[in-house]
Amino acid sequence: MTDLPTDLTRATAAALADALATKAVSSVEVTQAHLDRIAAVDGQVHAYLHVDAEGALAQARAIDERRGAGESLSALAGVPIAVKDVMTTKGLPTTCGSKILEGWIPPYDATVVTKLREAGLPIIGKTNMDEFAMGSSTEHSAYGPSRNPWDLERIPGGSGGGSSSVLASFQAPLATGTDTGGSIRQPAAVTATVGTKPTYGGVSRYGLVALASSLDQAGPCGRTVLDTALLHAVMGGHDPMDSTSIDAPVPPVVEAARAADVRGMRVGVVKELGGKGYQPGVRARFDESVALLEELGAEVVEVSCPNFDYALAAYYLILPSEASSNLAKFDAMRYGLRVLPDGVDDPSAEQVMAATRDAGFGPEVKRRIILGTYALSSGYYDAYYGSAQKVRALIAQDFANAYEQVDVLVSPTAPTTAFKLGDKLEDPMAMYLNDIATIPANLAGVPGMSIPSGLADEDGLPAGIQILAPATKDERLYSVGAALEAALVDRWGGPILDRAPELGGVAAAKGA
Amino acid sequence: MTAVATDAVMDYDEAMAKFDPVMGLEVHVELHTATKMFCGCPTGFGAEPNSQVCPVCLGLPGALPVVNEKAVESAMRIGLALNCEIAEWCRFARKNYFYPDMPKNFQTSQYDEPIAYGGYLDVELEDGSIYRVEIERAHMEEDTGKSLHIGGATGRIHGADHSLVDYNRAGIPLIEIVTKPMVGAGERAPEVAKAYVSALRDLLRALDVSDVKMEQGSMRCDANVSLRPKVGDPLSSEQLAVPLGTRTETKNVNSLRSVERAVRYEISRHAAILDAGGSVLQETRHWHEDTGITTSGRVKSDAEDYRYFPEPDLVPVAPTREMVEALRATLPEPPGQRRKRLQSDWGYSDLEMRDVMNAGAVELIEETVAAGASAGAAKKWWLGEPSRRANAEGQDIVTYAAALGFTPAHVAELDALVTSGRLNDSMARQVLDGVLAGEGTPTAVADARGLELVKDDGALEAAVDKVIETNPDVAAKIRDGKVQAAGALIGQVMKEMKGQADAGKARELILAKLQ
Repeated sequence: MTDLPTDLTRATAAALADALATKAVSSVEVTQAHLDRIAAVDGQVHAYLHVDAEGALAQARAIDERRGAGESLSALAGVPIAVKDVMTTKGLPTTCGSKILEGWIPPYDATVVTKLREAGLPIIGKTNMDEFAMGSSTEHSAYGPSRNPWDLERIPGGSGGGSSSVLASFQAPLATGTDTGGSIRQPAAVTATVGTKPTYGGVSRYGLVALASSLDQAGPCGRTVLDTALLHAVMGGHDPMDSTSIDAPVPPVVEAARAADVRGMRVGVVKELGGKGYQPGVRARFDESVALLEELGAEVVEVSCPNFDYALAAYYLILPSEASSNLAKFDAMRYGLRVLPDGVDDPSAEQVMAATRDAGFGPEVKRRIILGTYALSSGYYDAYYGSAQKVRALIAQDFANAYEQVDVLVSPTAPTTAFKLGDKLEDPMAMYLNDIATIPANLAGVPGMSIPSGLADEDGLPAGIQILAPATKDERLYSVGAALEAALVDRWGGPILDRAPELGGVAAAKGA
Repeated sequence: MTAVATDAVMDYDEAMAKFDPVMGLEVHVELHTATKMFCGCPTGFGAEPNSQVCPVCLGLPGALPVVNEKAVESAMRIGLALNCEIAEWCRFARKNYFYPDMPKNFQTSQYDEPIAYGGYLDVELEDGSIYRVEIERAHMEEDTGKSLHIGGATGRIHGADHSLVDYNRAGIPLIEIVTKPMVGAGERAPEVAKAYVSALRDLLRALDVSDVKMEQGSMRCDANVSLRPKVGDPLSSEQLAVPLGTRTETKNVNSLRSVERAVRYEISRHAAILDAGGSVLQETRHWHEDTGITTSGRVKSDAEDYRYFPEPDLVPVAPTREMVEALRATLPEPPGQRRKRLQSDWGYSDLEMRDVMNAGAVELIEETVAAGASAGAAKKWWLGEPSRRANAEGQDIVTYAAALGFTPAHVAELDALVTSGRLNDSMARQVLDGVLAGEGTPTAVADARGLELVKDDGALEAAVDKVIETNPDVAAKIRDGKVQAAGALIGQVMKEMKGQADAGKARELILAKLQ
């Protein structure tokens, strides 16, 4: 065992895994340390919607016993994890940040959750999110927003802001996310953490409460590229329960992260992602990162993807269309909230459905259901949904053209650092623009990753760099990400998260 | 409360004098695959409510569909048997609408890319003529759950106290077979409709893809009917040029007889409306089996918009041509063709063949003949006592015989006992009684009951001599050439022999002695 910090919550998942493997520390100790941390800081951050202390400790104990009995366990066995509340967990509440699922206890595990359990990761709790993953700030969670540990008045990104703020406030070493238009990558960028959206089909969607089926992709979140790769390897792989799942082994992401080699790789800077609307500090950190990649031996060129300009518009037709249909099942008939309409004596099933959906869905969800219903309507279908699908094909073509010239593409992950809570709540368009750089990858199904690029000069807040690779070449993200991360950490003199302010005077070692 | 007829109807013949009917039939067939369309739940009929469900067919958040390949195969076989093209590439689509017994509030179906399209089915009418029904398409979809409305008198949602939903049926594979507008049937439209559904049922049964039990809902028919003014013969070019009238869709017509009656009723109802200068409302209609009428369902309007779009949770279905040809090779002989072949092989008259068909004994006779019996004997035995008893029990002959363990091999054995001369006809009937009573195989029954024609010609001859002697008048008539009088003597000989004689042989002896 090497240099495990006294405060176990500060350790990387990789370091914890090593320490657990050598029995230098037990899973119960590691899990308890994180539970203590949650008790100390989550009142301020509000990253968790549900903490399962008992369940997590029971899983930790079981792993410790199996290890004690000499069983050979998977790499991350015993490392606790936080699960985004969009994934079904048998016996644990799953709300998707919505009132309409308040109190629902799924009778089954998502495939990803099954894989986590089989790999022996104690599930410590469920993380906050924008309702049904619709948003970039967690402000659309029906249970209140999560806060950015860098500045509690600011957003932790969204929809996976619960998972990003869990990681940035050391309330778990690993977390899961889902990314439909940037919900893993943008929260990672604004909290100085790491997140990967794998190739579409690379991680099973079975048990992910669907937002937009053709765009949704689950992925790993961590504080380092290697940690993220280790989790990616656990989550990924073929699932016969998901027809869109890729029938191939998980790409060699861990090997790539460990090798951290970009020598000879061709890196394309996407011309259309990074100009107008990008904060100067974000832009500056991005340029430095690109220069570093060149120093590390990569060849950097500028690449144009002209149709990316239409990505946002196409996305906001395809996503609401699919969402309007996916969310139709929330009708009070079989599970979740049931609301009886006011002033109706003997309400019909339809009246109960309407009253429940009115009370149970928040304004952003309603906005997108209405948008999608409209876009799919007969007479409008071709102009909206049909055209959007054509744009989608053009964007995929842009990617294909780009990947003829380069091995990976890079851009800033989000145009700005974390904005203040409430700043964009009344302006959906401004909120949507946050995902301008992340959306093309979802439309084309290609993998993407965000890693910290540093702090913006003007506000001292984290910025992220996005790496994109061709479909099924997820390992390239880790080659580039790990190489760049090592160079940046070297330059910073330590992990960037060490610079985050301590939360509310809580001593880092508390509970350890 | 039964539905009350409030609609005016015109006499059918009068309606036919004034209008030309056009039909379109949509038939939903539940496939009898072991598992559901998109999950692994079993599909058995009549199970405990909500005992055959899982996250997928309950539409739980997060669950995803996976296509049942067996169902796709059945869909393609149905398409091929209906002479359709099989799509090289097609997708599922979501049909979006809210209904309490539909778990996801969308039905996974197919929209503009059906698995099979552009076929036909030739249907034989009662007079032997053929009507070709053009098939628009056959597509795959999933069934919904079943609502049970409790309280209220009609079992319908109106007036009910509360409703229960059984999701066992949700997700059972369905094939919807849609005809093109059926024109030119004229006054025979109701007969054509019935004959089509009947022929389709036979075909699906021969394909062994569905139970096709209309009474259990595994085959359901929606009948679209419209009328246009009659301007000439049903098939004349001027008649075919008249634009179609407004149609109504009568839902869930669940027996062959009802198909005929419902079409006939709607024709009469439309005719009354149109004749009075009114216009038919485009709507769905409910069929009432008891009163034989339809009542208004929901109005179909432009407001009904299913917002179809390609199902993103499923990948396209793209059967290779090799796969299609391999499936084509598994198709059974078309029922109509098979019937003609068997009739000719067996030498039955049209009437005899129809009797056999109506008795549902075609397969039994086929197997009996294969086991060595003559076609005539096979028909005689199956349509006799076993059929009579099955009818009395209200069962079909196949089920009845199977329950008794009475097989084509038994019938063939019985026939062999007769042709070999061991039994005569009346003895064979006794043996049959014994077999049906479960006493064993025909040979075992004959042995146990001591039934055997007397082989000793001496005893028979003595009996003949005795009967001739005691009946001189009859004997004289036969000597005079009235051969038919021999019957009286044969009866007496048989009596002498206590039935255990070969009547044919007795006749030969009598005639030999008296001519």
